[in-house]
Amino acid sequence: MKPTDIARPDYFHKVVDCQWACPAHTPVPEYIRLIAAGRYDDAYLVNWKSNVFPGILGRTCDRPCEPACRRGRVEEGSVEHRKSHLKPEPVAICRLKRVTADYKDDIRPRLPKPAATKNGKRIALVGGGPASLTVARDLAPLGYHCVVFEADAKPGGMMRSQIPKFRLPDTVIDEECGYVLDLGVEFRGGTRIDSMKALLGEGYDAVFVGSGAPRGRELDVPGRKEAAAHIHLGIDWLASVSFGHVKSIGRRVVVLGGGNTAMDCCRSARRLGGEEVNVVVRSGFEEMKASPWEKEDAQHEGIPIHNYLVPKEVLHDSGRLTGIVFEKVSARYDEKGRRSLIPTGEPDVSFECDDILVAVGQENAFPWIERDLGIEFDRWGMPVVDAATMASTRPGVFFGGDAAFGPKNIIWAVAHGHDAAISIDRLCRGEDVAQRPPPTFMLISQKMGIHEWNYDNAITTEQRHKVPLKDTVIALKDIRTEVELGFDPALALAEAQRCLNCDVQTVFAERLCIECDACVDICPMDCITFTHDGDEDDLRQRLRAPAPHRTQDLYVSAALKTARIMVKDEDVCLHCGLCAERCPTGAWDMKKSFLEMSHAGDTPRIHLPVHRARAAVAEAAAE
Amino acid sequence: MTYLAKPKLHHPDLPKNALGFTRRDYEGPVSTLCAGCGHDSISAAIIQAFWQLAIPPHRVAKLSGIGCSSKTPTYFLGQSHGFNSVHGRMPSVLTGANAANRDLIYLGVSGDGDSASIGLGQFAHSMRRGVNMVYIVENNGVYGLTKGQFSATADKGSKAKTGFVNEDEPIDLVLLALQLGATFVARSFSGDKEQLVPLIEAAVRHKGAAFIDVVSPCVTFNNHSGSTKSYDYVRAHNDAVNRLDVILKREPIAADYPPGSVQEVMLHDGGLIRLRKLHPEYDPTDRLGAINYLHQRHAAGEVVTGLLYAHPDAADLHDMQNTVTTPLNALSDAELVPGAAALAAFNAALR
Ligand SMILES: Cc1cc2nc3c(=O)[nH]c(=O)nc-3n(C[C@H](O)[C@H](O)[C@H](O)COP(=O)(O)OP(=O)(O)OC[C@H]3O[C@@H](n4cnc5c(N)ncnc54)[C@H](O)[C@@H]3O)c2cc1C
Ligand SMILES: Cc1ncc(C[n+]2csc(CCOP(=O)(O)OP(=O)(O)O)c2C)c(N)n1
Ligand code: SF4
Ligand code: SF4
Ligand code: SF4
Ligand SMILES: [Mg+2]
Repeated sequence: MKPTDIARPDYFHKVVDCQWACPAHTPVPEYIRLIAAGRYDDAYLVNWKSNVFPGILGRTCDRPCEPACRRGRVEEGSVEHRKSHLKPEPVAICRLKRVTADYKDDIRPRLPKPAATKNGKRIALVGGGPASLTVARDLAPLGYHCVVFEADAKPGGMMRSQIPKFRLPDTVIDEECGYVLDLGVEFRGGTRIDSMKALLGEGYDAVFVGSGAPRGRELDVPGRKEAAAHIHLGIDWLASVSFGHVKSIGRRVVVLGGGNTAMDCCRSARRLGGEEVNVVVRSGFEEMKASPWEKEDAQHEGIPIHNYLVPKEVLHDSGRLTGIVFEKVSARYDEKGRRSLIPTGEPDVSFECDDILVAVGQENAFPWIERDLGIEFDRWGMPVVDAATMASTRPGVFFGGDAAFGPKNIIWAVAHGHDAAISIDRLCRGEDVAQRPPPTFMLISQKMGIHEWNYDNAITTEQRHKVPLKDTVIALKDIRTEVELGFDPALALAEAQRCLNCDVQTVFAERLCIECDACVDICPMDCITFTHDGDEDDLRQRLRAPAPHRTQDLYVSAALKTARIMVKDEDVCLHCGLCAERCPTGAWDMKKSFLEMSHAGDTPRIHLPVHRARAAVAEAAAE
Repeated sequence: MTYLAKPKLHHPDLPKNALGFTRRDYEGPVSTLCAGCGHDSISAAIIQAFWQLAIPPHRVAKLSGIGCSSKTPTYFLGQSHGFNSVHGRMPSVLTGANAANRDLIYLGVSGDGDSASIGLGQFAHSMRRGVNMVYIVENNGVYGLTKGQFSATADKGSKAKTGFVNEDEPIDLVLLALQLGATFVARSFSGDKEQLVPLIEAAVRHKGAAFIDVVSPCVTFNNHSGSTKSYDYVRAHNDAVNRLDVILKREPIAADYPPGSVQEVMLHDGGLIRLRKLHPEYDPTDRLGAINYLHQRHAAGEVVTGLLYAHPDAADLHDMQNTVTTPLNALSDAELVPGAAALAAFNAALR
């Protein structure tokens, strides 16, 4: 295999599974270490820089980082887990993010100030959700005059209108949207943009469309129209609940759908008078779109989930809703793995109910964008958007968040916002938008003494800590009572210790290696092998432990004195540093790879290892 | 050394042996030797071999003398019996233990100082008595523990880290073992586990005195350019006569070996050592040939490694002394103290 080029920032970035998986590439282990050190302000600011809404995301993020977290793999099959019959679990990355928001002091003095002088450029942002607010946060301090147009009175988008208050209190939304608006952003609440043509006519230097995916998908079965008074589209109903227009619901409620919206609907219904709330889903439990923890939370509140039932007919008594009938189906997969739902022929299932909440999907809608402006749409009515630059087909018009590629989540909206801000900044400076700035990347040795490191390399075997919850009886009484209490500082510290510091990298200098096997012998995870060269497929079979996870790289050295090579499987490395402690020549070193995405206006810093030079010096000294 | 205990987590696919143990179950606490010491690699090879053989750890007794090498039994087979004896006296303590309980597997671990300097006499007698054991010398040519003075295995002309040149003739423990009647004799290198692990496995399964001299660089005091026991020197001068492939029941020889390149040596328990010959003339069942070959190659400055001599159905101490087959600790009082009448009869027989 070709020796690994560790100077390429992507190589070590990919080892930090959580950061790599995060759409905004938040430096996760960095903020977790800061939490462990009690430096909550710093931890918050590391988050704020990359994801803009740490307090909001720390409660609501879809957390793609957690399924990626290495901790979930290294606990697999371990003695502790076999003994306790517990399943391996990732670090509670998301809830640790909330810790930074909960325990920080007033960080406002450390935030950027509104630009002292404006640069004369005006940017229009349609929609006040996370995508637009991220663009504004990145551009305002650079002197751009950002104008956010929002149909609702307050900023936040669906974070405010959709996510129920028992998961995300208004105070947190107010605080973090406030930090953005305080940068000198002009917010025009209660202003709906009805015509893109008219907006373009106002002479803005760029327009960003962050208008979300506002339309709920309909239910199309007999009886739907007749019983319409008690059948509600989930996202419309949730918005009415959020804004206080709806304060109650019938005693018996059926929620249709298996996504996160359905979970928010059923849990909200439980709090507004729904005593018998049932969730009914077409697919099986495992295939449901809702995150596992959302399903768990719903079940914890006494809400049954029924699977493999397809709505057939709404029952009504001359217009008054009485119930709903479902056909039983089972999943069948063809040879290509495509699923179809086949009726089982068993008797239909029906539920009596007073209200139905329809949460079977969400759609985009751009009735306000005229189709003759050079902004191309595809045949599904979605704008044609470049995934790297967020540019539409009309120069100067950009999309982001749910408006760009359909409904996703907050952290994707933020990531899009950063990318669009870079594009807008480059456009306004007359630079090529397609060219993207590299990230800031640093590789810094953590060695403090022979066996002392600048990070805590002890490995705990503690299991994942649960976030304490409010007592269910109290929580169900008031829809504005937050259910999760968050980690207290002691729990946060214990959970932070579970992080493996995957950003502290094992860095190998072949010229110093005497092939004594010390690292191979000490490595608790059998990551390191010295063997003769081969191609990747061959090597993956020949290592001390098989390396089946192809998405996890092999770190390969150049030929050593014996003509063998060093191969390290990054997959289950604990980043414990024992290899480096054991190495008699310092051929292994533990170096922190700090990677931060560049945002609009950033000057990326690159601090590459002077590894080769330093290795040569050490070698000369050893002679 | 490291300050951390080795984390308990292990690779998710770590295999288990016939007893249901992983290799990690055969480890001991983290070593306190210098980072990079060859001795630690030998410990790892011992762990690997005992795990592969699926030996119940509590059936093993590990004994040692004094030295860095003699400290190592602490760092492997944490569930086994251990005895850290006096400098150079491991062989007699082991012999005594073996005499008392012949049912355990005996593993003697020693250093070149421990065995070739202060303990040379003890070493010699344990070999000639055929004590059923595996005797491993972790040979670095120096007294590592006392800061690197030459030991009796240091080659004439080799240079200490301080520049001091050794003018004394070296003792080759492999040659001595061959002369004194050891029935399994091998040499290997700590940096070559592919060769060392099967040698240890074969030695464990051999009945009688099995001796393995493992060249094991002392990174701190004897891994410099004037040393003949450094990683670089041994790699450059290693004359491996054979490699062990399998130690299993008889199976057809895999077709891809050239004719005459494979030699089989039976073990007393019906197992088999299959050797891949690297040196076509070398015959590990010929004691005299082995001695000659070793002398020649040593004169040429080479380090001969591999299985050098094996005598498949050797007799051990118990056979030669005609002792009872039951371990002494399992004999009942009635058997051990047969009474005055039996004593009188015995005495009468000698009159
Ligand atoms: C019920 C529900 C629960 C969810 N829970 C989570 C969760 O827990 N975690 C998570 O990460 N994501 C969640 N999401 C998804 C998340 O809310 C969205 O992906 C995210 O808010 C998208 O951000 P955005 O900036 O693209 O648009 P939005 O947040 O949708 O904001 C768009 C804004 O634009 C305004 N707007 C639209 N058109 C115009 C116009 N023409 N003129 C002026 N203003 C306009 C809208 O009023 C809206 O406020 C949830 C979604 C729903 C429906
Ligand atoms: C009776 C006695 N004499 C001398 C010593 C000092 N001493 C301790 S270890 C050692 C030499 C050990 O050399 P070796 O067996 O080669 O072990 P190494 O440390 O090299 O592995 C000596 C001389 C002692 N402990 N006891
Ligand atoms: S252990 Fe820590 S650094 Fe590693 S993937 Fe998990 S959260 Fe990220
Ligand atoms: S840091 Fe080194 S010793 Fe620790 S698990 Fe990773 S490779 Fe193994
Ligand atoms: S002094 Fe030499 S023999 Fe002793 S532990 Fe250190 S390297 Fe090993
Ligand atoms: Mg020694």
